[in-house]
Amino acid sequence: MTAGRIAPSNGLLYLAMAALLVLAVVAQAVRDRGWQPYEPPSDVMWIQSGPLADRLALSFDNLTADLYWMRVVVYYGGQRRSAVAARNYDQLFPLLDLVTSLDPQFRIAYRFGSIFLAEPPPGGPGRVDQAIQLLEKGLERDPKRWEYALDIGFVYYWWVGDYAKAAEWFRRAGDIPGAAEWLAPLAAVTLAEGGNRESSRRLWTELRDRGDLDWIKRTASHRLQQLDAMDAIDELNHSTQRFAARHGRPPADWRELAAAERWRGIPLDPSAEPFVLDPQTGRVGLSPKSGLWPLPDGSSVRARP
Amino acid sequence: MRAILLVAGAVFRESVRDRVPYSMVLFAVLLMAASYLISQMTAGQDLKIIKDLGLASIAVFGLLIAVFIGIGLVSKEVERKSVYALLSKPISRPQFILGKFLGLVLTLVVNIGAMTAAFYAVLLYMNIVNPNLQIAAPAPSLDPRLLIAIGLILAELMVVTAVALFFSTFSSPLLATVLTLGLWVAGHFNADLRNFESVIDNPAAAWIALVAYYALPNLAPFDVKAEVVHGVPVTLRHVGLTLTYAVLYTGVLLTAAIAVFRRRDFK
Repeated sequence: MTAGRIAPSNGLLYLAMAALLVLAVVAQAVRDRGWQPYEPPSDVMWIQSGPLADRLALSFDNLTADLYWMRVVVYYGGQRRSAVAARNYDQLFPLLDLVTSLDPQFRIAYRFGSIFLAEPPPGGPGRVDQAIQLLEKGLERDPKRWEYALDIGFVYYWWVGDYAKAAEWFRRAGDIPGAAEWLAPLAAVTLAEGGNRESSRRLWTELRDRGDLDWIKRTASHRLQQLDAMDAIDELNHSTQRFAARHGRPPADWRELAAAERWRGIPLDPSAEPFVLDPQTGRVGLSPKSGLWPLPDGSSVRARP
Repeated sequence: MRAILLVAGAVFRESVRDRVPYSMVLFAVLLMAASYLISQMTAGQDLKIIKDLGLASIAVFGLLIAVFIGIGLVSKEVERKSVYALLSKPISRPQFILGKFLGLVLTLVVNIGAMTAAFYAVLLYMNIVNPNLQIAAPAPSLDPRLLIAIGLILAELMVVTAVALFFSTFSSPLLATVLTLGLWVAGHFNADLRNFESVIDNPAAAWIALVAYYALPNLAPFDVKAEVVHGVPVTLRHVGLTLTYAVLYTGVLLTAAIAVFRRRDFK
């Protein structure tokens, strides 16, 4: 009969492991306080060619597209959060081009990507040409996807102010089998009343109420709030003009104007940020701190005469 | 047949002893962690990305199992010299090869089956937590068509297992690994060989490329992950013909493996 081997206790080893891990964490925390990893002045994209990336991804091109898509979201969000002077969106289009080459059916990449690209500085690069190029690429790959044609129309309508082109793209979107029924009347209204704030409101309301993507709906709500802010600014400008006509000078501040107009408080924009009043000119505008800032170019959404 | 099943059972038990099922746990943890993290930075594309990640993980884990167990199936027995004891029993060499192959395919079926169950569980969880995710998605959360992609991944892995087993009959484990992975990569580029004549103006080279196209395993048609995730239909004809190709090509490789192994001298 042989005695069984008694396994040695590992208690001390476990304790040592825990202690060493704690020390490693402390060393890391101390190091991080005085050292930052090197970051090149501008981001580098090692692979820019879509077909090459497609080859290198072997049978995992969809997953690679997802990884690059997450990089797009983080990159765009990161630039928007950085200081205005340091914002640089140079890699946005190459990244989106790569995502859509790896996964040509990644429709969100076309649709959100075009929104990111068209957004004017400092919120985005303001590259409407690249936004249209990306959507046209999507339409070329999948000609049945009427949403891309609609989005091109939007870019022309909202950012370029070319209502004839916008109406043409809305019509083209409406001609694609399976397209939403409201596109044909939208094309007609755009051609007749393009640039009118009411027609813009109708357009964004359609997208908010009938859109299929949360992000697009949120964007539409944001644009509708911007239109409300523009209406409010027009009203407030009338008030300051009335004040100037009565007193021979513009109001010095909101308190003075509020007292003259018998308001209970100072006016807030739809994002609950006070409007800005220029005491020199009496002009009212949106605060740069507002969630709705910057407003689109007034010429693209003019008030009803 | 009984001898083949006995060898297959032994391969399966050995894979369990080698802790291969741990890959399933790793897969489930990876997917669950990813489903939470991904929702923070995908701009509403959680469902698509989880499906892509799930299918790609099944393919990668399956490939690792097929290659790293497949290459050791015969060479390990020879190295350990246990092949002498095995072949002295009433088991013929073809039965030994077929048993080894079936055992590994059984391991893959069990692993992929468990990973598929975990995959659907994560999709169900996402569906319960955020039912709105499905509205904008081109295919439903718990889309049964995902099984088509998984079935074809399994068929592809069957071919890869046969390739690994074939190389394992005559080369070292390291060389067999390199050759199997090399053939897997080549199998995904194979379609280029078919259109070689449009790239170069040399009929002889184009003819050689065409022969290589038909001789090498063509693995690209097994990949329907993108179609399934985007809700693009995959025809029954394509699935049927691809599965038939997998069975036939596996047959070729197993026959070649048996031919090599039969003539091998273990003295």
